[in-house]
Amino acid sequence: MTDTPAAKRQRPLSPHLQVYRLPLPALTSITHRITGIALSVGTLLLVWWLVAAAAGPEAYATAAGFIASPIGLILMFGWSAALWYHFFNGLRHLVWDSVKMLTLQQSYSSANLVIGASIGATIVTWVLVFAL
Amino acid sequence: MTNPTNSFRTPLGRVRGLGSAKHGAQHWLTYRIASAGLAVLTVLFLALILGLIGASYEDVVATFKKPYPVILTILFLGATFHHAAYGLQEVFEDYVHGKLAKLAAIGLTKAAALVLFLLASFAVLKIAFGA
Repeated sequence: MTDTPAAKRQRPLSPHLQVYRLPLPALTSITHRITGIALSVGTLLLVWWLVAAAAGPEAYATAAGFIASPIGLILMFGWSAALWYHFFNGLRHLVWDSVKMLTLQQSYSSANLVIGASIGATIVTWVLVFAL
Repeated sequence: MTNPTNSFRTPLGRVRGLGSAKHGAQHWLTYRIASAGLAVLTVLFLALILGLIGASYEDVVATFKKPYPVILTILFLGATFHHAAYGLQEVFEDYVHGKLAKLAAIGLTKAAALVLFLLASFAVLKIAFGA
């Protein structure tokens, strides 16, 4: 035995998040939370846009100009991807809540389905943005 | 529920559907039903917003003078801020420790969600009923 007192020894905690590679169901779970928080913050831009439209042409031009700026477009892209992910993974949660698709294997396949659907829907959204 | 003969709950408690929390699963179920509604509203609202891409200020004002876009937008805002407030509450319940800090985080988030909902809804109604 070592001479350090047992109580002072730094024991690793389990699961140690810095070295533990998250499996896909865990990764999709934490991503659902992160996108949910990001989308909550994103509502501020929607509120700003609506309030600016109510305030008048100059205020609206400022808000619309920000959205069309490079930073605005990056934010919009991020939020559209977060929205579609949270949308499809939210549907996945609703399926789980009805006590379906709960095996580990089904959890992996639905995770892949959600990731594929969100990438697809994000691409379709931005094709529509530039086509319209 | 699946095995009522093997339950600790009294027949009266089962009939009333209320446990010791006195609310049963109402809060949980409300959040699920509301989120299913929000999913539908999100698709409709995105269609409205996609139709406004590249639109002038006058086009936007004209859109929010029509009844259905106004009703859809306010419904979407209500469902969104309800969902966001209760979703963030779950996050705070998990990660914020300390009774007061947790209570403050949840309270301030709900207040902010209510104010933002009223602000955005008022803006839409101002356009709808404005000159």
